Amino acid sequence: MKIHEYQGKEILRKFNVPVPRGGVVFSGEEAVKIAKEELGGDIWVVKAQIHAGGRGKGGGVKVAKSLHEVWEFASQIIGMNLVTHQTGPEGNVVKRLLIEEGINIDNEFYIGITLDRAQSKNVMMVSTEGGIEIEKVAAETPEKIIKEIIEPELGMQPYQARKLAFVLGFEGDQHKKAVKFLMALYNVYEKTDASLVEINPLVVTKEGDIIALDAKMNFDDNALYRLKDIAEYRDLDEEDALEVEASKYNLNYIKLDGNVGCMVNGAGLAMATMDIIKLAGGEPANFLDVGGGADKDTVANGFKIILSDANVKAILINIFGGIVRCDRVAQGVIDATKWMHVNIPIVVRLEGTNAKEARVLLNESELNFEVASSFKDAAEKVTAVLKN
Amino acid sequence: MSILVDKKTRLVVQGITGSEGSFHTIQMVEYGTKVVAGVTPGKGGTKFEGIPIYNTVEETVINQKANTSIIFVPPAFAADAILEASNAGIKVIICVTEGIPTSDMIKVYNSIKNKEVVLVGPNCPGAISPGKAKVGIMPGFIHKKGTIGIVSRSGTLTYEAVKQIVDVGLGQSTAVGIGGDPIIGSKFTDIIKMFSEDPDTEGVVMIGEIGGTAEEEAAAFIKKNVSKPVVGFIAGRTAPPGRRMGHAGAIIAGGKGTAVEKMAVMKKAGIKVVESPADIGITMLKSLEKVQKKSGIKTASKKKVTTKKK
Repeated sequence: MKIHEYQGKEILRKFNVPVPRGGVVFSGEEAVKIAKEELGGDIWVVKAQIHAGGRGKGGGVKVAKSLHEVWEFASQIIGMNLVTHQTGPEGNVVKRLLIEEGINIDNEFYIGITLDRAQSKNVMMVSTEGGIEIEKVAAETPEKIIKEIIEPELGMQPYQARKLAFVLGFEGDQHKKAVKFLMALYNVYEKTDASLVEINPLVVTKEGDIIALDAKMNFDDNALYRLKDIAEYRDLDEEDALEVEASKYNLNYIKLDGNVGCMVNGAGLAMATMDIIKLAGGEPANFLDVGGGADKDTVANGFKIILSDANVKAILINIFGGIVRCDRVAQGVIDATKWMHVNIPIVVRLEGTNAKEARVLLNESELNFEVASSFKDAAEKVTAVLKN
Repeated sequence: MSILVDKKTRLVVQGITGSEGSFHTIQMVEYGTKVVAGVTPGKGGTKFEGIPIYNTVEETVINQKANTSIIFVPPAFAADAILEASNAGIKVIICVTEGIPTSDMIKVYNSIKNKEVVLVGPNCPGAISPGKAKVGIMPGFIHKKGTIGIVSRSGTLTYEAVKQIVDVGLGQSTAVGIGGDPIIGSKFTDIIKMFSEDPDTEGVVMIGEIGGTAEEEAAAFIKKNVSKPVVGFIAGRTAPPGRRMGHAGAIIAGGKGTAVEKMAVMKKAGIKVVESPADIGITMLKSLEKVQKKSGIKTASKKKVTTKKK
């Protein structure tokens, strides 16, 4: 699960990781109020809160030098459609803003903690190249990212934090502050079942303080059951409405931009089905894993979700029945097609338990299904359907 | 032979009285797997379908000589169940449970990795050696005894590969689903090493997907150590970056773990990488025939393969 920057900073504050003072607002008026009454000073930062990086470049982060500018920038950004390299061309509408005190930046660094899958251990990464896209640093100058693997039984050790703080060039009192910061940050990562904590940039202020100027945190969906406080941070506005709707029916749906909808059981087979649609000359309109218990209702709900996407010109159903009986799925497909008056071509491929019975049912229904006998045949039928 | 599970498998089902556990226990028994015990804490001394239930895994090892375990307990308790099995002396643990927190699995993986135990999964369909034993949730009837080892990160896509292998007249020595999570007990390399050393396995099908670098690591291993033909496929070429495609582990993060990248590395390592997931079976058959032509052995495929007719 992803959360907003301001939420991440709330969590960091709880774990004694220094962050700038600030608060979340939903309008220009609220922005001025918080700047004037809570933050004070004469310089503020107005930051768009969306679940995507690259906000500054897209015009979603502005420095205000007067209360009037706070109002002006806040009013501009709220409601704007912010397009960044992470949102895709359609962008995200900004609904929340973070107003923060201005910081005198002396130096910027990068800190990240995530899982190193190859090692099956967590890793803390630091770099002196803060404030820029870390993917770029990783691709162009990988030697500038220093890693420290964390032993799971021990957790992060002080010597590891000392080493990383030295690598970043900290000395004296600041080195102590940096060590404290890194230890506290790892503590946040571990205690919150985070899958990613990224501080980019970590800044050293002209006054010598070390502060997390930005905060990106992702959490392990599998651990949300034991993280009630964090689960509440979920912002449905940041998620695709169809995907949210699908999750209510226990369907795992991801909307894509193509013209062939697909309904599959199992994530791997669903991805392979998307791939084969592409090879067949179409573009997948979605990823849809209906899971282990594909029945009549699942199929009907799946249709409903797929068909709410107006770009869909054909549907490919690919179910490999193990526990699931194909004849039941077939009956579900027949009923749902009749009931929902589906009038675009449907290619159905059912394999596994009771597949033969299922094919008979489909062929004997008065409906116009393209019944495929294999994965390959399904792909060919999709190609044929798209040509017509 | 085969790998992981066979006639010597003496299985204990952890979570035997739950709905998943009880359903699949019956299926496994019907297939011919020796299910010698079940574990449900607090229900020790009772029976399920004639199978004795114990409170702890340790008791099943002592009393029933259980050597293999399959885990169906809910995600919040599954990490604990793996550690219990491992410490009781179980040699092969297959964890079907989906949704175990990653932080739990980091601890479990690192705590058992130097022990004499093989963990398969979590979030996996299990392993089957056709005609010998089925320790998992896969439909047994689609499999056929043979000489191809199948290893995959997915469930139903494994079944698809199994079917294609059978359709071209071949069969499986063992088919293993290693699971779709970021942290899994056995990676591609571990299973491929077993297939490589198994005299009854003549060829290997490896089915990966986007995310992580396990396929790349396996490619490096294969290049160096494996002489048997390997056919590969990577699912998720059309998956957008940054989106988790169902499996927690199937995500392209920071531009890493794309299908195109993985396919290129695998090709370089000499793996026959298929572009279409519909070509897995036929490509395996051709690779095998090529090898056998070279060494003058008759093809293992008994059925003559004709192009698919309607």
